[in-house]
Amino acid sequence: MGIQDVPAVYTFEANTCMDDLLAARLQMALSLGFHIVYACIGMVMPFFMAVSHLRWLRTDRDVYKNVTKAWSKGVAIFFATGAVSGTMLSFELGLLWPRFMVHAGPIFGMPFSLEGTAFFIEAIALGFFLYGWERLNKWFHWFTGVVVGVSGLASGILVVSANAWMNSPAGFDYINGEYVNIDPIQAMFNDAWFTQALHMCLAAFVATGFAVAGVHALMILRGRNVSFHTEAFKIAALFAVVAAIMQPVSGDISAKDVARRQPAKLAAMEAHFHTSPRAPLIVGGIPDAENKEVKYAVEIPGMLSFLAHGNFEAEVTGLDQIPDDLEPPVAVVHYAFQVMVGIGVLLLGLSVLFLVSLRKSKWRSRKWLLRLFVISIPLGFIAIQAGWIVTEVGRQPWIIQGIMKTRDALTPMPGIVWSFVIFTFVYVTLSAMAVFLLYRQIRMVPVVYDQEENFS
Amino acid sequence: MLIVVIIFLWLSILLYFLLGGADFGAGIIELFTSDKRVSRTRHTLYHAIGPVWEANHMWLIIAIVILFVGFPLIYSTLSIHLHIPLLLMLMGIIARGTAFVFRHYDAVRDSMQEVYNKVFVWSSFITPLFLGIIAGATVSGRIDPEAKDFVDAYIGPWLNPFAISVGLFTVALCGFLAAVYLVGEAEDEGDRKSFIRKARNANLIAVALGFLVFWAADAEGVPLVRWVFDDNVGLISVVAATGSLIFLWFLIERGDKWLIRALVGFQVTMILLAISYEHFPDFVLLRAGENLSLTKHFAPDATISALGIALLVGSVFILPFLFYLFYSFQRVDARK
Repeated sequence: MGIQDVPAVYTFEANTCMDDLLAARLQMALSLGFHIVYACIGMVMPFFMAVSHLRWLRTDRDVYKNVTKAWSKGVAIFFATGAVSGTMLSFELGLLWPRFMVHAGPIFGMPFSLEGTAFFIEAIALGFFLYGWERLNKWFHWFTGVVVGVSGLASGILVVSANAWMNSPAGFDYINGEYVNIDPIQAMFNDAWFTQALHMCLAAFVATGFAVAGVHALMILRGRNVSFHTEAFKIAALFAVVAAIMQPVSGDISAKDVARRQPAKLAAMEAHFHTSPRAPLIVGGIPDAENKEVKYAVEIPGMLSFLAHGNFEAEVTGLDQIPDDLEPPVAVVHYAFQVMVGIGVLLLGLSVLFLVSLRKSKWRSRKWLLRLFVISIPLGFIAIQAGWIVTEVGRQPWIIQGIMKTRDALTPMPGIVWSFVIFTFVYVTLSAMAVFLLYRQIRMVPVVYDQEENFS
Repeated sequence: MLIVVIIFLWLSILLYFLLGGADFGAGIIELFTSDKRVSRTRHTLYHAIGPVWEANHMWLIIAIVILFVGFPLIYSTLSIHLHIPLLLMLMGIIARGTAFVFRHYDAVRDSMQEVYNKVFVWSSFITPLFLGIIAGATVSGRIDPEAKDFVDAYIGPWLNPFAISVGLFTVALCGFLAAVYLVGEAEDEGDRKSFIRKARNANLIAVALGFLVFWAADAEGVPLVRWVFDDNVGLISVVAATGSLIFLWFLIERGDKWLIRALVGFQVTMILLAISYEHFPDFVLLRAGENLSLTKHFAPDATISALGIALLVGSVFILPFLFYLFYSFQRVDARK
């Protein structure tokens, strides 16, 4: 016996209220949008921390210990907020999309159960790390910090693999509306898992690296605790620039993958209305879905064909091949894609500048370079949000690509608008609190960590 | 493999009740501590649960993941009909988790601390209240998949005397768990006395609320008395729970801290066993149609085996590490 044998009465009536559908989608977007920020920082900062910690163990210079301790507080704050927002998401999936979960749970649940394990290990290791100063063997203590990072990264990869399944369903057969021959392992290793996970992990390092480096750059510019902030800046910036230089390669792999699996999404990303060989890459512009054209755009002939299929002459499927009711919203996806790629290019440029300047001495005195880092504090996270908009909105109207539509997944309970209002209030408050707390942490650095020097 | 998954589900619910429950209880104790002692209590509390509190709350995530992967129909049905209490419980979880971290990690100690404390203690009360309400609603037989109007479908199942009395009973048990745990962590004799007094009060309140649960069940037509007393396992568990309660009452003054902790843990385990055994394998009792059962409404076999293996392998990694975490911080404290 199994799930297929359930009486028909439990197949839950559809909620056809469009306001509820929109509210549910917005609530999900909001929850994921916040969770992504917390999760990225909580996943990446342990690596910075481990590097600084290692330098302290090697050189015995207190500045590294202070940097490690300061960062570990950031990790603790973001891990806790990430853990609660993640707990909420595991409930929200059911609260908002029970008709999706009742079918999808057994298929794409494998990465979630492994993620539970990885997350548990991370929580235990973090307990050791935060409370282990002067209590544990110093190398074991360092190792627990590394475990925090590695298991956090594993959690991230697993969750992205579950999302990839929605874009690239695998591990089951869909016959007469039934989900049969379920293979959860095959579902986990679906076609999209690797490209999506690689792109997301690099993005997390880019965004967190530039944000952290930018905050320390700001402090250097203000002349506060310069040696503390300089060491911190160097570690974070190095992670950021390496990831930013690798990201275009991963982006290219993702684009070719999307072109093959989800032509509608690629067409929306590029506002590519008409199927054509030698398709141009459309940069910027305002898509006009009515007249199926893009105004004020820069076009690079043949480039889209090359990027999508590796051949300047290849034919690229346009939105004209997609039935109207299966078309994703073009404008949102196109703008989000432009924002993501634009920021990626900017950060790549900054990374190259940084590496060049490293070769020349006195780089620290180059104020304009530090100023660029300050400006880039929010950029990586904006790019991540934009990237997720591309992934998720670009898949609409599907919740499971080609299998189940988002509107058929919605909970039958009416009044989801109210739930959306409550969640918005909570997330806004939570973010304001987190920013407030970080501000106070950074402001207290001179008092807490900087007894041995004073540069002001 | 199904049986492995069911055992893990039951164990993670139990462990969340014991460990997470003691965490909630610590906040409840703080809520009922006089201003004079409260900052010392807070210190003891942070010391006792700080290193392990993240881990304690992972059990909830494990239980939820087991439900949505292994028993998706149960997860979906509860998500639909108990949407509102689940939402309120989530609000409690968020408020509590963030307040706990914020009050420790705020670099500036000023009047904001009072705000964090208020949020922490009240959310420590509200979260287990709704967890209990959800548990009560799950077995109340009032969830009705055929309900036609909003109140019957989404309010009635949980806003009733039975579910609410189960919620209050859960709060009292959490407070009791925490007080007994903290007796062993007290830093001086005065604190110890105060925790013992609190444990006894919580004990009396829990017993009173236990009677309230039976009374409400009777009034609501939930056959709780029959479940517990018509069945040998139920009966034995209740007798064992009551017995350990009496032991505890006398031993708490001079007993070894591990003995009293074991007793209180045993007692809570027995209570969970008594209420879950009789209608096992049914998990969600419905007003209309067939109850949702763990041995009937489960995911396809391939999923259940994969889930079972993941849980077994996961516990090989997690449990030694987790025990070592508890052990390390116990040992360090003992040395001090």
